[in-house]
Amino acid sequence: MELLISVMVGVMIATGTYLMLARNVLRFIFGLILISNAANLMIFVAGRLTPESPPLIPDGADVPPDIVANALPQALVLTAIVIGFGLFAFALTLVYRGYQSMGTLMSDEMRLAEPEEDRQ
Amino acid sequence: MSWLLAAPLIIPFATAVLAFLFRNGPEGRWISVMGSAALLIASGLLMQAVLAEGVVAGQMGNWPAPFGITLVADLLSAVMVVITGITGLAVAVYALADIEERLEKLGYHALFQVLLAGVCGAFLTGDLFNLYVWFEVMLIASFGLLILGGRRQQLDAGIKYVTINLVSTILFLAGIGLLYGMTGTLNLADLHLAVQEVENKGLLTVVAVMFMVAFGVKAAVFPLFFWLPASYHTPSVAVSAIFAGLLTKVGVYALIRMFTLVFTEDVDYTHTILLWVAGFTMVTGVLGAAAMNDFRRILSFHIVSQIGYMILGLALYTPLALVGAVFYLVHHIIVKANLFLVAGVARRIAGSTELSAIGGLYKTAPVLGLLFLIPAFSLAGFPPLSGFWAKYILVKASLDLELWLVAGVALVVGLLTIYSMTKIWGNAFWKPHPAGMQPKLGSLSGRDRASLILPIASLAILTCVIGLFPEPFVQFAERAAAQLLDPVDYVATVLGTEVEGATGLAQLEGIE
Repeated sequence: MELLISVMVGVMIATGTYLMLARNVLRFIFGLILISNAANLMIFVAGRLTPESPPLIPDGADVPPDIVANALPQALVLTAIVIGFGLFAFALTLVYRGYQSMGTLMSDEMRLAEPEEDRQ
Repeated sequence: MSWLLAAPLIIPFATAVLAFLFRNGPEGRWISVMGSAALLIASGLLMQAVLAEGVVAGQMGNWPAPFGITLVADLLSAVMVVITGITGLAVAVYALADIEERLEKLGYHALFQVLLAGVCGAFLTGDLFNLYVWFEVMLIASFGLLILGGRRQQLDAGIKYVTINLVSTILFLAGIGLLYGMTGTLNLADLHLAVQEVENKGLLTVVAVMFMVAFGVKAAVFPLFFWLPASYHTPSVAVSAIFAGLLTKVGVYALIRMFTLVFTEDVDYTHTILLWVAGFTMVTGVLGAAAMNDFRRILSFHIVSQIGYMILGLALYTPLALVGAVFYLVHHIIVKANLFLVAGVARRIAGSTELSAIGGLYKTAPVLGLLFLIPAFSLAGFPPLSGFWAKYILVKASLDLELWLVAGVALVVGLLTIYSMTKIWGNAFWKPHPAGMQPKLGSLSGRDRASLILPIASLAILTCVIGLFPEPFVQFAERAAAQLLDPVDYVATVLGTEVEGATGLAQLEGIE
């Protein structure tokens, strides 16, 4: 199971990197989203996978009776997903606004902040 | 103790909420000023406690470390929070005159306070994942501030800034995941002990380099700095001043923290990389600045070159070098924020930050000239200003290690810094104004003049004070560096002495 997900993480990062090599900013963001999900999965695997044993402590006991799933990476991933969601919502809006005002999505043509005539 | 540590986080957040509620009236900006003043006072109290008691730690929600989130302040964290308070207050006062009503209605003051909260949180947290969260708080606020107003130039800069920062964030997150997988803990003090027991040291070094790249992007080191000179000159002056002062320094702080507390297993390898990075950062930054012709863009490139000095202090990894790094951090934040504020005033009275379009400031606004010279000379390292001591310590540290080349680079970069500063001086101050304008401070209304000049003058005086009486500051930096190199106190205070030595799950038994 760990191996399978590790391979999946690798594939996602490879695909994401490929997309990020594009000049089109929108593709770049899509690649970034893929990689961010791969990072989340990576945290999940790093916490070791323990299927079908929720981290529940029975009434009266102080510790779980058996080996249970690690709850911490789940909490981390949840936090990271929420943060990532916010950031990407912002990034996509920004790219859209940028497209509206600059009329391009190609990173090569985005030279407003660093105009060429600087070489003077 | 917890309150003392939480106050620098609660105050800016509370201020942000209030400032947002009153964003439509003039109250908002005063709330922001008062909140920043309160933050400065809170940081002063925290500093007092740290000076008196050594490391101060508080467990949030009373969850014992390493399970809960720990806030912890050692001397480095405390001084960074104090500097955040000082810069925050200076920029908040400056913003009274600088930020237009349109931006205030969009929530400038609220975002500014959230940014301060994120920065303070990053300095105070003792938990790796929590550090990530604070980075995000800081980042999202900085995104907002950068594009606030939505001019096309800002959107262009924003896209670059946002995307590269997202890449670094994801790298940071992946690094956290891998480190957690190896050690089973995220508490920094606990990690300090846990990494010593990791068997696969090679993998640990890989993760260390991941963190180095992630924080390197935030700190704008070579070759990851391109986003900085592409974006810092586009937002309002108050925004670029606070960015220039604080944001990259959070990256430097994180590097110092991680590479003195956690990743000290393979110092030869990691710190040699850092040494090269530091050298190239200094040189490329200063050369980039030499090629620029805009007040703020020159200063942006100088941020990069100055970051190199701080990384150099970390890379040399001797007590004296770390003293230099800490001293440099403090001095640089004050000086850099101040220079951007001066650039803002120059734009306000002369009409532009483009050097070819302004001039004549020395003749008609000599006070501004003086206020520019102090931070500019300090940046270049003229005695007796603060930058001289910072550079002196670092050059001495590299000479002690017989690294002649590094010491030479540091000195030459200082010289080239003077070149850029004379370029600004010659163009903006000495040359007559190309449009025949007579830029005067008197052209500003009395209130605007006060709130623009007051913070600049205060920061300049602070620079002079550090420069003329460096002894207590150096002694302080020595103590801070000693804590960094030997984090026994830090670890013991965070984890509590009775369970010292146990890590991860083994500690459960200690608690039961």
